Amino acid sequence: MKAAVVIFPGSNRERDVCAALKRASGKAPAIVWHRDSDMPQADLIVLPGGFAYGDYLRCGAMAAHSPIMREVKARAAKGVPVLGICNGFQVLTEAGMLPGALLSNKTLSFICRDVYLRVENSQTVFTCGYETGQAIRVPVAHGEGNYTADPATLDRLEGDGLVAFRYCNAAGELTDADNVNGSARSIAGVFNETRTVLGLMPHPENSTDPLLGCTDGQGLFDGLVSALQ
Amino acid sequence: MTDSKSNVTPALAAEMGLSAEEFARVEAILERTPNLTELGVFSAMWSEHCSYKSSKIWLKTLPTEGPRVICGPGENAGVVDIGDGDAVVFKIESHNHPSFIEPYQGAATGVGGILRDVFTMGARPIAILNSLRFGDPGHPKTRHLLGGVVAGIGGYGNCVGVPTVGGECQFHPSYNGNILVNAMCVGIAEADRIFYSAASGAGNPVIYVGAKTGRDGIHGATMASAEFDDSAPETLGEKRPTVQVGDPFTEKLLIEACLELMAGDAIVAIQDMGAAGLTSSAVEMAGKGGLGVELDLDKVPMRETGMIPYEIMLSESQERMLMVLRPGSEAEARRVFEKWELDFAVIGRVTDTGRMILKMHGEIAADIPVGPLVTAAPLYHRPTQPRAKPADIDPASLPARDSLDCLKRLIACPDLASKRWIWQQYDHLVMGNTVKRPGGDAAVVRVNDAGKALALKTDCTPRYCRADPEGGGMQAVAESWRNLCAVGATPLALTDNMNFGNPEKPEIMAEFAGACAGMRAACLALDYPVVSGNVSLYNETNGRAILPTPVIGGVGLIADAAKAVDLALKRDGNALILIGETKGHLGASLYLREIEGREDGAPPPVDLAAERRHGEFVRAEIEAGRIAACHDLSDGGLLVAVAEMATAGGKGIALTNLPTGNAELFGEDQARYLIETATPDAVLAAAKNEGIYAQRIGTIAGDALTLPGGDAISVRELTAANEAWLPAYMAGG
Repeated sequence: MKAAVVIFPGSNRERDVCAALKRASGKAPAIVWHRDSDMPQADLIVLPGGFAYGDYLRCGAMAAHSPIMREVKARAAKGVPVLGICNGFQVLTEAGMLPGALLSNKTLSFICRDVYLRVENSQTVFTCGYETGQAIRVPVAHGEGNYTADPATLDRLEGDGLVAFRYCNAAGELTDADNVNGSARSIAGVFNETRTVLGLMPHPENSTDPLLGCTDGQGLFDGLVSALQ
Repeated sequence: MTDSKSNVTPALAAEMGLSAEEFARVEAILERTPNLTELGVFSAMWSEHCSYKSSKIWLKTLPTEGPRVICGPGENAGVVDIGDGDAVVFKIESHNHPSFIEPYQGAATGVGGILRDVFTMGARPIAILNSLRFGDPGHPKTRHLLGGVVAGIGGYGNCVGVPTVGGECQFHPSYNGNILVNAMCVGIAEADRIFYSAASGAGNPVIYVGAKTGRDGIHGATMASAEFDDSAPETLGEKRPTVQVGDPFTEKLLIEACLELMAGDAIVAIQDMGAAGLTSSAVEMAGKGGLGVELDLDKVPMRETGMIPYEIMLSESQERMLMVLRPGSEAEARRVFEKWELDFAVIGRVTDTGRMILKMHGEIAADIPVGPLVTAAPLYHRPTQPRAKPADIDPASLPARDSLDCLKRLIACPDLASKRWIWQQYDHLVMGNTVKRPGGDAAVVRVNDAGKALALKTDCTPRYCRADPEGGGMQAVAESWRNLCAVGATPLALTDNMNFGNPEKPEIMAEFAGACAGMRAACLALDYPVVSGNVSLYNETNGRAILPTPVIGGVGLIADAAKAVDLALKRDGNALILIGETKGHLGASLYLREIEGREDGAPPPVDLAAERRHGEFVRAEIEAGRIAACHDLSDGGLLVAVAEMATAGGKGIALTNLPTGNAELFGEDQARYLIETATPDAVLAAAKNEGIYAQRIGTIAGDALTLPGGDAISVRELTAANEAWLPAYMAGG
């Protein structure tokens, strides 16, 4: 699997996701600068975490209009999987590639800690390394991760199996206390209609290294490699 | 003060912090009266903050050399060899005064400044730590200041994508009017590609890069060198324009652009514009190179119109750098900075005249000989008057109290309560190398694929320093060293942040001198040199000084991060062993302050030889793989340390072999560690072999902490007590 990681000015988790991709696929991903208008051939496009353009307007709003995003949309339309993590998820919603928006956390503060996620649908290229209903431990690190959408959209996401992950406890149960940022229906990540675009707030890439104590995020990258190889 | 041609008088000089004698010296150097711009340059360069005029004679006594030291104090940051061609670059710096006036921006720009000090030297920043001290939690400003400082540190560090991995946070009424915000940054560079600030090559272009210059922070260095007179809001409001505003996004671009350019050979010298902005960066580059510099201020990228030379030279606008390039490299440098959408301007050149000449609108705005500006800066050997040493405390004179009740109160007190509320607001995981997260003895951050790692920690016990400055200085260094050993690291070197009151008062100067003497002794005994540092004086409000607070930022090396240990208890049946002797020293202890409401007594004596023996023993046992968990004993003594290990691991412990007196349980005798091991016989035998006091005190079991007499408290209850205070405090009011 050959991946391309898009760098915006202010991206800051590109190294983390590159390391996870390399660990899973054995290949270092291509790095694509946001002002480039073309992109090398890739089986997967990744928009990494960070603070693109400082998030000074709305998170992801400026980056969504970067020259490279036209190419990202074109590739996505052809079915190339696109993964947006944290700030990358925010960019995908701002670019109209995923429904909904990310508001300030319910605590109104940045939160960096491990959380549990329940895998809601394992029948996708992103989640085929997991079982549906499985609880995985991965960290979050964001100030604006409170997912919101109108009720009809939320109903559609749930009805069509487009919810990827929800915040839960270690046993996989949904509770208010475990809904770390106050997201609507505890949603941590969503797919587009073809389930080839995934945006999620948590950082599976920071849960792939045995030395750092937990490797539950590895399944996402291993799954991508087995699906796209 | 809007006209460069304003009349310069001794009174104006005094307003800018120059004494009559210092002003006379300026006139003698120039052989005339300075103009406003020149006066501004002298007052900034000769401020306490930039010149270290009161502290230098004592700082010079600190050991700064060692076999691994590549660059000691005097550059932007210290540099230490960590093998394999790598070097660690680190420094700590205060942003105390600005953070009190405007906590969010003050703390944020403190982080920005220390990051620049590190990447200026060619290092990629890999970790940030913060040492924070606030006033009494009951003081009306404390909650606001704490909230603002934490948000500011997080707002900056999170955005630039450098993990904030550790630090400390304490409270004491002496900080009511002067909080301390000390930020430390650690970076990694190639050992043979370190960048320095000394200019060379007359004729070489001087380049300005980064953000534009505005009117923010003008004379911040002078403000940081004065006492606050009153905390009346209107007074602080007037000082607010001296606080800078941070832009972490621009800083992130600046990091990437500088490191990209540094990969080539375009840069001759580089200096960030920190305190005293363009003034200090230009003067330092020319001064260290023994050269002159000529700047055309019309070419400085400006954010506002109508700025005069005085304002341009004294602005402390953030995220700016000054560079000297090799001739012919301008195009390459311009390409890199334009890629990152940063301002880039050739604003002058290096000269061989030895003078700093500033031009604007076709006129000479300043003409100063650089040599005397740097070398003739005033240096004071201020009088010292040590206070009488306090008497020891006799534990028998204290009332008997229930030990577990005292334990519960202690782990819930502001100084010992969990600081999770703080560090959860910091991205401590970005870069994917945080092996040991915040909340332990030292953070551990991996630096290469082979698993080499650094251990990082800040430490100081100000109440010891107040009671006995020399003993306190010694203890701060020893505790830092101990914290690094406790995770399995070999301590390499330290950076110090000397926070004190008004040095013109003999008892304050004696605190400074005493702390330096103690630090010197500890550094020498532990082979733990000082490679960088910062001094913050005049931390006084209405004549009341802070507790003397020499913060030590320690860096240690771990060859294999997989062998690093933390303090969390791991497995039922394992033994808990105490290393080091317990004498029950309660003077200046947390127990005395929190339980008895007393702050008197002599601090615990520091036996540096024992510190070294015990630390080396513990490290060897960790390297041998016999240690499952380790924790150093400090604030709150033995029983608090046991409780911290239990709550971190969510495991109980049956203590079977313990003294029963509260002096022994809560005394703060030094050079002690607790270690968990599955092979107690081997560890005890090794200790006996080396003549080290070691005693098995209990066994990991169940879900409660049980004393030898059978009294018990559940780990759940301890955790709740420890975790509750800070979130509840911040939610209050």
